[in-house]
Amino acid sequence: MKLVCDLIVPLILAAVGICAVVRKTDVFPALTQGAADGLKTLCEMLPSLAVLFPAIYMLRASGALNAIAEALSPVLSLLGIPPELGVLALLRPISGGAATAVGAELIASSGADSLVGRTAAVMLGSSETTFYVIAVYFGAAGVKKTRWAIPAALCADLAVFVFSALCVRLLY
Amino acid sequence: MLMGAIWTSMVVISIFFACANGTASELGNAALEGAEASLEFCISVGGAICLWCGVMELMKRCGLSAALGRILRPPLKRLFPESAVREEIMEPLAANVSANLLGLGNAATPMGIRAAKGMSKLSGGNASDELCRLVVLNTASIQLVPTTVAAIRASCGSQTPFDILPSVWISSTLSVVCGLCAAAMFSRLKK
Repeated sequence: MKLVCDLIVPLILAAVGICAVVRKTDVFPALTQGAADGLKTLCEMLPSLAVLFPAIYMLRASGALNAIAEALSPVLSLLGIPPELGVLALLRPISGGAATAVGAELIASSGADSLVGRTAAVMLGSSETTFYVIAVYFGAAGVKKTRWAIPAALCADLAVFVFSALCVRLLY
Repeated sequence: MLMGAIWTSMVVISIFFACANGTASELGNAALEGAEASLEFCISVGGAICLWCGVMELMKRCGLSAALGRILRPPLKRLFPESAVREEIMEPLAANVSANLLGLGNAATPMGIRAAKGMSKLSGGNASDELCRLVVLNTASIQLVPTTVAAIRASCGSQTPFDILPSVWISSTLSVVCGLCAAAMFSRLKK
């Protein structure tokens, strides 16, 4: 299992490469085209991060992040979530950029392999910007009455937060 | 609009707390540090994001994501019985879920929207149970390799950035199950 984890990146690269060569796909242009798209995504991300990071850093420096964590900690500890992650959980469904900024700050400041840093990473990796997705889908499909889509999606978000904290506590 | 309100209140709240805690002198520097950190962040994860987007594009071009879509059809037929009979919905639906699994966000959204349009036409412009299920599937991201987060971890000095994979799989799968159960429950309650 450890060997598989160590080799997961090279193995994925090799598997996709071999599969593409066998199927006679032109490998290199596909890779570079995808990388160019990645660069575009990155450029679209940067402006919102450049204004959101300062706001998050100010919240941290002023002590507001700690105060929010303290205020939320009774509820969060009941759910088994470390209180530092409260702000991340609050922002996750609303703004992908803000969640990335908070998550990156948490992972950097508490250590990537710490309990809090790891839980933040799992939370970020296993959830989406719920309200954005709902707006895009229902907007495009012309649906006015969303019925129970929002409550159901928020139930899924709550489940993500609880289960990520639980998984990280049990597995590492 | 919403983002503006959130951003402004974050700034106002931090000024309020800084004055109350006597940390006002650090606030200006923190803002500039944050701006610097945003660019550093993009540079440190940018390479990895480009690499993965390249690999994902290759998966798409060599037919791996289409193959994944074919594997996904039987379970999707169970989940979306009304839409399953209509090929024009089933096709983009399978493509949407397989693109999500592979982390091809840019490819997933247009396919998902096409499926959503088809479903809303079936139900006469309402959010049918199946449309709610589609939205829940998309709001709870099921991604096989969460590449951006792994890149963030690697840039922060993680020894094993990918060791979160099992946890991500477990928690995102369970959250999808919870979301679908919640949708089914709400649907029963309203009837």
